[in-house]
Amino acid sequence: MDAPVQLRDITFAYGEGELRKAVLRDVDLTVAPGEIVLLTGPSGSGKTTLLTLIGALRAMQDGSARVLGQELRGANEAARVRLRRSIGFIFQSHNLLGFLTARQNVAMALEMDARLSERQRLDRAAELLTQVGLADHLEKLPAQLSGGQRQRVSVARALAAEPGLVLADEPTAALDKASGHEVVMLLRNLAKSRGVPILLVTHDPRILDIADRVVAMEDGRIVDTSAEKHAAA
Amino acid sequence: MSGIALVERRAPGPAAAALLAVRLAWRQLWSEKARLASAIAGVMFACVLVFMQLGFRAALFDSATALIGAMRGDLFLMHPLTTASFRPEPMPRVRAYQALALPEVERTVPIYLAQATWRNPENGSRRAIQLIGVDTDAGVLDFPGLAPILERLKRADTIAFDVRSRPEFGAVARLLEERGPFDVQVGNRDMQVVGLVEIGPSFGADGNIVLSDVNFRRVVKERLVSAIDLVAIRLRPGSDVAAVQQRLRAVLPPDVMVLTQAELNAHERAYWEEATPIGFIFSFGSLMGLVVGMVIVYQILFSDIAGHLKEYATLKAMGYSNFYLGQVVLGAALILAVAGFIPGFIVSALLYDVVGGATFLPLAMDVPRATTVFAMIFTMCAVAGLLAMRKLRDANPADMF
Repeated sequence: MDAPVQLRDITFAYGEGELRKAVLRDVDLTVAPGEIVLLTGPSGSGKTTLLTLIGALRAMQDGSARVLGQELRGANEAARVRLRRSIGFIFQSHNLLGFLTARQNVAMALEMDARLSERQRLDRAAELLTQVGLADHLEKLPAQLSGGQRQRVSVARALAAEPGLVLADEPTAALDKASGHEVVMLLRNLAKSRGVPILLVTHDPRILDIADRVVAMEDGRIVDTSAEKHAAA
Repeated sequence: MSGIALVERRAPGPAAAALLAVRLAWRQLWSEKARLASAIAGVMFACVLVFMQLGFRAALFDSATALIGAMRGDLFLMHPLTTASFRPEPMPRVRAYQALALPEVERTVPIYLAQATWRNPENGSRRAIQLIGVDTDAGVLDFPGLAPILERLKRADTIAFDVRSRPEFGAVARLLEERGPFDVQVGNRDMQVVGLVEIGPSFGADGNIVLSDVNFRRVVKERLVSAIDLVAIRLRPGSDVAAVQQRLRAVLPPDVMVLTQAELNAHERAYWEEATPIGFIFSFGSLMGLVVGMVIVYQILFSDIAGHLKEYATLKAMGYSNFYLGQVVLGAALILAVAGFIPGFIVSALLYDVVGGATFLPLAMDVPRATTVFAMIFTMCAVAGLLAMRKLRDANPADMF
């Protein structure tokens, strides 16, 4: 089976000439199907940049990245936009559209797929929101939901389009311990039941227990990759 | 092959995608109703402004040619220095007789044009009024109401008053009905109002009176009998108008122009369009309305994007293309165009009635003008949308993490 994420010798730098600052150096990383990988490390260690490269949000510089079977080196904007449709994103803040209800927000992830009718999209959105425990809040606007509930809507949105990969960046940063944990557990259970791999960047030691593997980064390099941390936590 | 590799997705067709984009635009606009209302008001304002400017412009040109358009003749003679009928350059009356030399010419009718002061019969105030003096038997004037009173105009010191003149000339129609024929002072002479005609004010004249050529000279005493302002020429039936025009040009000295009715209308119109700033003023006014409307729409769209940069970036991360988001912005612009045009059209139609009634200018809503204005408003909103779309580039999904 192909690994959904295969990175080889990824090197990336911001700036030009004298101001050039390397943020990733020779990063190799493979995520197996269905695997949940946590990426930790201090600020500036390059983990977020790595996530944006895998998510096809940034053009590659050096190295090779195969994501969901698509080589990203040299991929143009259109190819990257296409790939993003197969990736579920969860951001630090929920980034829901304030003028759409929870259900419409989730349905937005399905509007790029012409196989579904409007009815099917809304049904599917309702189904996912039910799975994240928001069956009673389908028609509420984000402003009417609590922080934890909003983040659960964005979990539903990330999983709605049957992604091949979920990328999450500090999904618990804005949440208290209880709701943060609840959200990542939901994410983990939904991903596991679908066999979707997750790559999650976090500083939050409280959620390390959801990982199959924890990868630590420092100064643009992977310094430690261990499955043991899971057991230790 | 892994079961979770790329699911083959089928992107919606262009029409379906555009529809979804417009729906999203509508939902966004609708969620902030106060802002939507101010945007619609802005478009409506631009719309009304353009309607009024174009309406005035058309009314000006229509009314400017109302007098000339009511002349009935196959050909006309006019002094080349006459720029417009309200300020004619006199020519020798002998040209009218010279034109009779051609066998095709059946009849030539001298017409006198001048302005004189009219004393309001109610309050005595004075105001300039246009005089049209013509041989009452010649049948070259075709104003509604003129035919039944022609006999009365042959009497000394009689006039017919244009009932559509501005009200500052006094309620002549009412006085005529109450008192029967009554005297008013025109120039320095008392003239008797014996009937009413319909001509309408123009930008050159606020009101008109029609009178016989003999009575005209009684009012405008300084005018030489031999100095006339316009000649209407009747040709014998079956004559070739263009050929006669050519021959008259050859025969007559260069102090007269030989014009057809259409050319005469065009000459009058050209004065207002080209030789006065009026045409330009209205075009400029329309343009200003469009610019103001565009700025308002641009502001609304721009702040919508700027206020939702994170959300737009999120949509990009989810796989929405720049093109799709551009359609959302453009969709919002076009919704505003339609939503602003409809009330703008209704308000303008009402204003046409009110302003037309107050100014006596022929303001009327018609389909070509409504279509033109809609196209202008549509373009205005589309340009505002295209300008605002540049802000979408700032929504960079890579900055979201």
